[in-house]
This record gives sequence, structure tokens and C-alpha cells, in this order.
Amino acid sequence: MNKKIIFSAKNVVMDFAIGTGNPLRKGKTLRALNDISFDLYEGESLAVVGESGCGKSTICKLAMRFYKPTSGKMTFAGEDIHKLRGKNLKNYRLKSQMVFQDPFSSLNPIKNIYYHLKRPLALYHDIPRSKLRQTMNDYLEMVGLTPPEEVGNKFPHELSGGQKQRAYLARILAVGADVIFADEPTSMLDVSVRIGVLNLMTQMKEDMNKSFLYITHDIATARYFSDRIIVLYAGHMVEWGDVHEVILHPKHPYTKLLIAAAPDPERKEKVELPVVKDVDSEVTAWSPDKKGCPFRNRCPVAKPECAEAFPEAKKISDKQFVRCIHY
Amino acid sequence: MALLEVKNLCVDYATIDGGFVRAVDNVSFSIKSGESLGLAGESGCGKSTIAYSLLKLHRPPAIISSGSILIQGKNILELSARELEKLRWEEVGIVFQSAMNCLNPVVKIEKQFYEIFKYHNVTTNKKKAKTLSEELLRMVGIPADRLIDYPHQLSGGMRQRVVIAMALALKPKLLILDEPTTALDTVVQREILEKIFELKEKLGFAILFITHDISLMMEVCDNIAIMYAGKLVEKNTAKNILYEPMHPYSDGLKKSFPSLTGEIKKMVGIPGNPLDLRNIPKGCRFQERCFNAIKGKCDEEPVISSVDDGFFYCHNPLKYNKRGVNSE
Amino acid sequence: MNKESFLFQAIRFLKNSPRTTFGIILILIILSMTLGANFFTVHDPLTRYDGEWHSPPSTEHILGTTRLGRDVFAQTLYGGRVSLMVGVLAGCISVGISLIIGITAGYFGGVIDGVINTVINIMLVIPSIVLLLVIASMLGGISPPTIGLIIGLTSWPGSARVLRSQAMSIRNREFVLSAEILGEKKLRIILVEILPNMLSLITSGFVGTVIHAILAMTFLEFIGFGDSLSVTWGMMLSNAQKTGALNSGIWWELLGPSLAIILFGAGMTLINFSIDEISNPKLKAQRIMSTYNKMMKKKEKQRLMESGK
Repeated sequence: MNKKIIFSAKNVVMDFAIGTGNPLRKGKTLRALNDISFDLYEGESLAVVGESGCGKSTICKLAMRFYKPTSGKMTFAGEDIHKLRGKNLKNYRLKSQMVFQDPFSSLNPIKNIYYHLKRPLALYHDIPRSKLRQTMNDYLEMVGLTPPEEVGNKFPHELSGGQKQRAYLARILAVGADVIFADEPTSMLDVSVRIGVLNLMTQMKEDMNKSFLYITHDIATARYFSDRIIVLYAGHMVEWGDVHEVILHPKHPYTKLLIAAAPDPERKEKVELPVVKDVDSEVTAWSPDKKGCPFRNRCPVAKPECAEAFPEAKKISDKQFVRCIHY
Repeated sequence: MALLEVKNLCVDYATIDGGFVRAVDNVSFSIKSGESLGLAGESGCGKSTIAYSLLKLHRPPAIISSGSILIQGKNILELSARELEKLRWEEVGIVFQSAMNCLNPVVKIEKQFYEIFKYHNVTTNKKKAKTLSEELLRMVGIPADRLIDYPHQLSGGMRQRVVIAMALALKPKLLILDEPTTALDTVVQREILEKIFELKEKLGFAILFITHDISLMMEVCDNIAIMYAGKLVEKNTAKNILYEPMHPYSDGLKKSFPSLTGEIKKMVGIPGNPLDLRNIPKGCRFQERCFNAIKGKCDEEPVISSVDDGFFYCHNPLKYNKRGVNSE
Repeated sequence: MNKESFLFQAIRFLKNSPRTTFGIILILIILSMTLGANFFTVHDPLTRYDGEWHSPPSTEHILGTTRLGRDVFAQTLYGGRVSLMVGVLAGCISVGISLIIGITAGYFGGVIDGVINTVINIMLVIPSIVLLLVIASMLGGISPPTIGLIIGLTSWPGSARVLRSQAMSIRNREFVLSAEILGEKKLRIILVEILPNMLSLITSGFVGTVIHAILAMTFLEFIGFGDSLSVTWGMMLSNAQKTGALNSGIWWELLGPSLAIILFGAGMTLINFSIDEISNPKLKAQRIMSTYNKMMKKKEKQRLMESGK
């Protein structure tokens, strides 16, 4: 079945200038994303995994137009999102939204939940006054916040973390977004609550045909919720493809490292981390003048050629791609 | 004699409207020498309160209202300040969550080690202290030349290792880890935990590992104790809790983290919200969210039931084919 | 339903904080006595009572009279109206300016913030009292409202800096980003999302400025820059000094205005503390600690009793 591509990134590069506070001294440049390209299909969930500093949050911020890419472009329904104006821009905002990591600051503390639903409805949909309350209640019920009258009148501090995140998802439904950029939506929630929120997102994906870009550091939930996955290291896409293929048969050394490091109670053998010992484990910060594979210093199978250039994408199969010199 | 024995510990917090909230209610467990026990639970369950109370590090408005904490037979609640100081660092070491931020930012690592040795009368000789410190750093996998650095010159993971090395400096018998790796990435977390358990085998200390990351705990700890809303609901070996949990909450937790490499099936998690400690129901605290709750019966306080390798508190535990259940 | 619980919350808050209640009562007393001055005294501030010059407090004149025979109590009450009005005027102007400047700098950041920050820093370096004196001397003797205006125009930088930092930190919180993603207009975001979350800082800034304004005004009038025809607390002190009250032991003439200023300042400061407490929960710890201490004492007693047995 041919699904439509709803959002794309093509060769996106994002550089940030690190200021020195001194106008006379030039600062350094941090390359947060290097040559990112992906397609997001309708009704699918694409996971982006990596450790902190790999640039995954930057992708969301770019998609929400907080920054402009240094080069490359992101398109929605074929249009470059950073060149949108007026009505087209309003349409983009209507169709794409973001979920934040911290449920405790995603809602305005002095406004009740109904307010958070009223605004998107007022901005994008002409709902007659008589139907407004019912519409909002419908959305609250859709996300499992019942009884809706009670929850709607509450203020954020009266809700638990999981409820706050659900309320935020109700707001996104009220906007009517089709593409949702979820930046670690469950990392700050309790374990028993996470699955509930992920299940709600799955329902939104399957029943309402929403697309998700799911940013996470937790590979197990990426496998639970997503269809495809991208593995990022220092702003570079090192491996991507079908989520089961990549996680069960990883090809890139970094992917293998991430999977070995992830907690797995069912694991039988003891973990041997496939990484060079005694090298600092923090993800390297990249800059435009550096070249080669960013993972080479920690890679147990690195070759001298790895310092020359970052390898091109190699197709392992229809469902798996990797950028590594060994393939 | 168990290394650590906690009996009926109750810890209350004073609240703004003049009352108290019981954060830890009648918790009892023990740790043997060389054992590793994981204390699991979600936010508000009281596990961090226990961690702090174990060495009387709890601060107002927390009050230890009743119970006893025996470390090698001595009740720490009755020790004098001097004896308590000796106990800390020498018998029991503790590593906190943001321990890497606990290093004094304006003092070099070398000096911080020296102060430990000096204060606990190990040595005042700077050279000897340096040798000991270098050995400790090597033990946790940090090159000895980092000794002369300031904390900010080390990465987060390295700082955490330094703190662990400090906690082990005086070769304590018990190491308490309160969310030691939560603020770190998965790879760094795995490396540090491996190192800790490697040292545990080598030096023979026991570990109390407190975290909310239950899947991680199940992988590394021998035994696990699960807490909910201030109560200890089940304690058993990690294997038993993973494959045959007795308490519905343990079962719910198990159903809350998806498998990494196994079959992907729809998970249910635990319905409802965490308990508000100001509105504690009569009897079992978990009944509102429990799929096994029996109306009427669960209004009574659950009593302890022992099984082969542990115990649990439940009126209507899960049943499996092989095991028999003995109630006291 | 919300209004009712707010009232209950307010009453419970006041019950728990005697400090705030005391402050509010003080302010209410001062306000009612000055605004309703004609209910508290039959005398008029400007009438000269012949024969009763510099007379000490009596049943006729509660706080005695000035050298010209004017009733001190009446002057304190009626003069209070003007002083308070000036204080409030200055407070409003100062808060208004600092709010606009602070939020603009905090929200927009970048170059705008850089420029505004530099302006604030320059103005902070100039001592405001000096600025006050310079402007005042350029205008000659000036009326209370003008004084209020000048004080308002010179005391905003301090507040602006504080409001700027708070605006900056709120501006980066996710609910503001969420409103931007939603496509809300910038002005609406500032007024509806950011501003209401800054209310406690704004209110305490206002309170602080009012106190500062009254003191600054008193100072200016005392050193002779006031309007000699007006009756205010500052002019009362100035006249008292000019007519030798300080040297002749005419303490009652000073008591009226000084006591009024002190009580008003104290009341406002007490209210300010509780505003801080509302926004900074760590300060609520005081009350939690008293519960804690009571319990610790009880346990101590128990322990002693048991060991005594």
C-alpha cells in the first residue's frame, strides 16, 4: 500500500554559533545536525534515538520553525516550511504540532484545562458557542480524561504528570494536527503511566491516521510505538530503517552499543559493551571543520579511513540503511 | 546477622496545615553481607526517604517516628553524633542522584580525597593520600592524572565515578546508591553500573540500589523490594519478581516496560494515578488501581505472607502453578 | 465555584500568617484615616488657632499644634492623602515603565535585549537621588504630582532588571513555546501568558516603589524642594525644622508625620513579605518548621519520660 509522504527533511544541516560574550573574539560553531534526510509517511511513527547531545531535539525545534536550517530544507506537503507565509503558514501550524518532554511546564499554570483547549479551537475552528463545551469534552474523553467536566475545570497543578501529558495531547487533537513531533513525551513520567500515554499515541496513529516523529533515548519504547527508526550520533544519521530490523539486527557499531547498553531484564548473558575502553563516553560535539565518522574514537572496529570522510548511505535491504565503512 | 536490618520504619513529613504525612509506613527489610538489593518504586513511594533515613541524613521536616535501623547490630537511631560520623563513610557509603554536583567546585579532586582520609584518621600524609587516591581512581576506571583537575573539568559520567570512588574510599561494607545514574546517558550508565558490580565482586560490599528504572534493576540486582505509596509490597529475587510476581502492583510494573528484543505485544500498564499521600484509603493502599482487589477484604491492612525467597503483603495475590504460599 | 474557594483560601492564608494580617490592618487603618480624615478630626489642616502656638498634645488637639497654631493631627491625616497619592502615582509610573521595558527585553531577546540592558545599566549607575535633585532644581519648587512623576521616571531601572530576568525565564518555558507554535500573536502571548505569571513580582515591585517614593518625596521636601503651600508629611517635617521644633523640644510636631511614614512603610513591607511567600514556596517552610519543632519537642519529652522511668 503506497502511503503518502507528509513531511520530509532533505540534507538538513544546523550550525549554532557559540558566543563568547566578547564581541571582538569570534566564537566556535557547533554543528548540531549534519546531513539529516528522512521521510515521514502518513499514519506512521518514526523514532529518532540517540544520547543527549546528538541533536534529536533540534530536529523538532527546526520543524516548529524556532530556527532556520543552515542548509538543506524541511518540507510539508511539498512546501518548504521555512518559506511559508500567511495562509500557508497558518495551515502548517494547524497541521503540525509538538509535544514537550516536561509535562510540568507545558501548560500555563494559571489557566485551567478548558482554556488550553479553547485557544486552538478559537484560532483554527469556527465552533459556535453552544457547541464549544461539548467539543472540548469530546476531546477530553478521547484522551481518557474522564469525567471531562471535572478535569476541564482543573488547573495544571491539580493533575498528575500522566494526566497533564494527556491534556496536552487533547490540545493537539483540538488543533487538528496531522503531524506530531513528540520530544521525549514520556521520559519524565512514572513507569506505570508511560504505557498509557504511549497507547494513547498509538490509538491516535492507528485510528486517526496521525503521524509521529518520536524522539526518545529509550529504545524499547521506540520499538513498542514506532514503525521505523533513525539512530543519531553527534548529529549524524548512522543507521535507519524498519524498527525491528534495526534493533534485532543492528549493523552500525553505535547501534550495537546502544542496544547492548539498554536495560533488558530478559537478557541471559552478561553484557560486554562493544566500545573502546578508557575513552570519554560523552557524545562528541561536532563542528563544520571536522570530518570523518564522529564515532571513530569509541568504535571497536574503526579503521584509519574512518577519519577521512563520513561514509555514504549503503542499502542493506529495503528496510535497512547504514553509513559505515564496513558495508 | 544481617548487615542492614530495617524494622517497622515510619517516617513522617510535617505539612503546611499543621499535620503530618506518612511517607514511609512500617517498612521492614534486610540486606545480608555481599547481597545486592534493589529498592524500586515510582515517584512518591518513599524510597529516597528511606535512603536518607538509613544514615540519619534526613532533614526537617522529615521525622523518623518509629522503628529501628540496625547496621551490624547497632541501632543507628540511638547512636551519638560521633559514632554516627564514624559509621558514615567507614561502614556505609552513599552516592546520591546528582552526586556529581556534590563535588566542591573550587577544590581539586586530590584535595577532596585528602580531606576524607584526614577526617577519618586514615592518614595525614599527603603523599600517602595521593597514592591511595590514585588507586581509587584507577579502580573506577579514571586515569590517575585527572587527580589534579577541578570537578568542572570532568564530564558528568566521570564526576559520578569520582563520587563512587570517594564513597568506597574507606572500604565500607554497604554501599547505598540513590538513583546514581538517572541523569546520565544509557551507555555511561551501563559502564558505571558494570564497574560498581565488578567492584562489588572484588571488595565484597553489599549494595542497596534505589531507582525508578525497574527494568535496569531487574537486570543487575539479586533481590528486589517494591514500594508503593510508602509501603513495601513485595520482596523477592529479581528472577521471581520478573517471572512470577505475587503482588498485583509488581505484576503491573512488569507489564509497564516493553521488551527490547522479545515479542512486541500491547501492554496495559497500571490504570489510575499515583496515590495522594494526604488521602490514604483504609487498608491496602493499592486497591483503587488493583485488578485483583476484593471489595470489603482489601479495606483491611494486608498482613505479611512469606514465600521461599521473600515476602509480600496482599489479600489476593497472583497464583501460579508450582508455588505454595505460606501465610503467617 | 472558583470564587468561593479563593475566598476560603484567602481567609485561611490570613489566619496562618499573623504578619500579613497585621500589615493589612495597618494599611487599612492608615488609608481609612487619611481618606476619611473628616471623620477622625474636626479640625482643618490649614486653620491657625490663635493663642495655641506650639502647644503640646491635649484633648482638643491630639497631637498638639505647630508654631503657626495648626493642628498636627489634622495635618497628618489630610497631608497623608497627598503623600499617599504621590506614592501611588510614582509607583504606577515606575511599574508601568519597568514592565514594558523589562518584558520587551525578556521576550524578544537578541539585539533589543542588548540595547535595553545597556540603557538599564547606565541608568542604574547614575544615583537616582542626584538625578532627582538635578531635575527638581531645574524646575524650581515643585508640586506633589510633579514630584511623583519625577520619582516614577527615575526609579524604574531596578524593577526593570528584575522583571526582565523573570520574563526571560518564563519566556523559555514550554507553555509559552506551545502558544507560539499554536500561532498566537506575540502581544497576546505577552499579555495573557507571560504577564499574569509575573504578578507577584510586579506587585512586590509596586509596593517597594511606593515606599521608596514616599521616602524620596519626604527627602526632597525636607531639603526644601517641596511646594510650600501644600500640606504633606514631608512638608510637615520641613516646616517643623524651619520653625525650630527640633531645637525647642517640640516633639509632637515631628511625631505625626514620622509615625505615619513608619507605620505605612512597615505595613507595606509586611504585605510584601507575604507576597514573596506566595510565590516562593520555600518561605512557607517557616510554618512547616513550627509543626516539625512541636513534634520534636514532644518526642524529646517522651524520651526523657521513658528514660526517667
